[in-house]
Amino acid sequence: MRYQATGAKSPAFRKNAALAAVTAVSAGIFASPALAAGTPAGTNITNVATATYELPNGDEASVDSNIVTLMVDELLDVSVAWGDPSDVSASAGAAGQRLKFTVTNGGNGTESFALATVGNGGGDDFDPIVTSIVLDTNGNGAYDAGIDTVYSSGSNDPELDPDESITVFVLSTIPAGAGDGHRGRVDLTAVAKTGSGAPGLSFAGQGQGGGNAVVGATGADGEDDGYYRVAKASVAFVKSAAIADAFGGTAAAPGSTITYTLAATVSGTGSLANLKVSDVVPAGTTYKAGSLTLEGGALTDSADADAGSFTGTAINVGLGTVAAGTTRTITFQVRID
Amino acid sequence: MKIWLALLALLAPATAMAAEPVSLTSKVFVERVKPGADGKPVTVREEPGVVTPGDKLAFVLRYRNSGGQPATGFTLTNPIPPSVAFTGTDDASASVSVDGGKSWGALASLKVVAADGTSRPAVAADVTHIRWSFGQPIAAGSGGELSFRGVVE
Repeated sequence: MRYQATGAKSPAFRKNAALAAVTAVSAGIFASPALAAGTPAGTNITNVATATYELPNGDEASVDSNIVTLMVDELLDVSVAWGDPSDVSASAGAAGQRLKFTVTNGGNGTESFALATVGNGGGDDFDPIVTSIVLDTNGNGAYDAGIDTVYSSGSNDPELDPDESITVFVLSTIPAGAGDGHRGRVDLTAVAKTGSGAPGLSFAGQGQGGGNAVVGATGADGEDDGYYRVAKASVAFVKSAAIADAFGGTAAAPGSTITYTLAATVSGTGSLANLKVSDVVPAGTTYKAGSLTLEGGALTDSADADAGSFTGTAINVGLGTVAAGTTRTITFQVRID
Repeated sequence: MKIWLALLALLAPATAMAAEPVSLTSKVFVERVKPGADGKPVTVREEPGVVTPGDKLAFVLRYRNSGGQPATGFTLTNPIPPSVAFTGTDDASASVSVDGGKSWGALASLKVVAADGTSRPAVAADVTHIRWSFGQPIAAGSGGELSFRGVVE
């Protein structure tokens, strides 16, 4: 702060001074709306008192005190908050997986903040490899590739006004070896460029408006953890066969029909995309035209709009995206030659 | 620069005294809680060093009648500076205003009227002015000290 005391005003003897004093002191009642961060750094707090009195000769007199001015110093405070509602689902081996954070200037001055991440801080199942920090330049709260700016320490450190926030995205590559359900943590820190350290630490003359900058309760160093959770799905096939002979029995004789059932079960977390099932018709058997079904519904043998086809040697069924915990059942029939 | 200002601060009241019978000086201190000699926290008033939002301020007003005659009807008024929220005074004789100096009284007796006409009891932070009215004259050569406290918003 800057402390300043100026001299008392020149003598002010006047009649009806009492009235004048009351009107004079009514200035500056309605302060501007209060910010959470408090009075902006560099604001001058000015105090002056006024007294009125009477002398024995009946003269009314008024005297103003000296004016005391304090400049409010800059408080350095910053907070970081992970903004995703829950662990961010990510695939093992995938790049560009995003965490969302909010960095808020809790101080009372305009301040720039240096950002940094730690992906290998331990206490988790794997170490996400942070590839970039991206600033939500257009302020829409959503990641816009190519529009939002990639952060580069020292060149575009975000500058925030008191109480202002910026959304920051952390992009990581998930190690290929990360298993289903594993959590990986990334820690984002934001540090006031003017300085940080123990609360109360003061940087003389470095505050906004020419006062000091002083470290606030946050240490001018905010951080929070964000988590990825790996969603890994796998598929298991179970194939079974049922034989029906011409006499209502189950003998595997020429002319008997074998019904094959293929159950594809996806387990783990997430889903498998573009899952395709292919099965070669066994030697010594002949595919029974039009016998292919998926979930009990008939599929045509030609390669067309439906999911199934018969190539002449094998059946193919495209299952598309199958969510974990789902089983899709395919059946087809062959006749023993 | 600092020395010069300090000198000015010392000299200013003297200059005023020469011209007027009653002088008035205003000072501001920052109140901080610090561990005392016995380890217990004590509140100390310091010359303002670093001042940030939330800091407690003590405004100290000194008056002195340097003239040869008593001053009667002495009334001292101090508007609460912008960016400062009034928190109180130890001096029970003070009256306060929450409407810019139009009406005065003890804080507990005042109400704040909202734009829609509803009113609520006033709180310390509503105070816009503080005033002391002396019933007794200030005798020639005597003086005193008054103070109130606030917090930097």
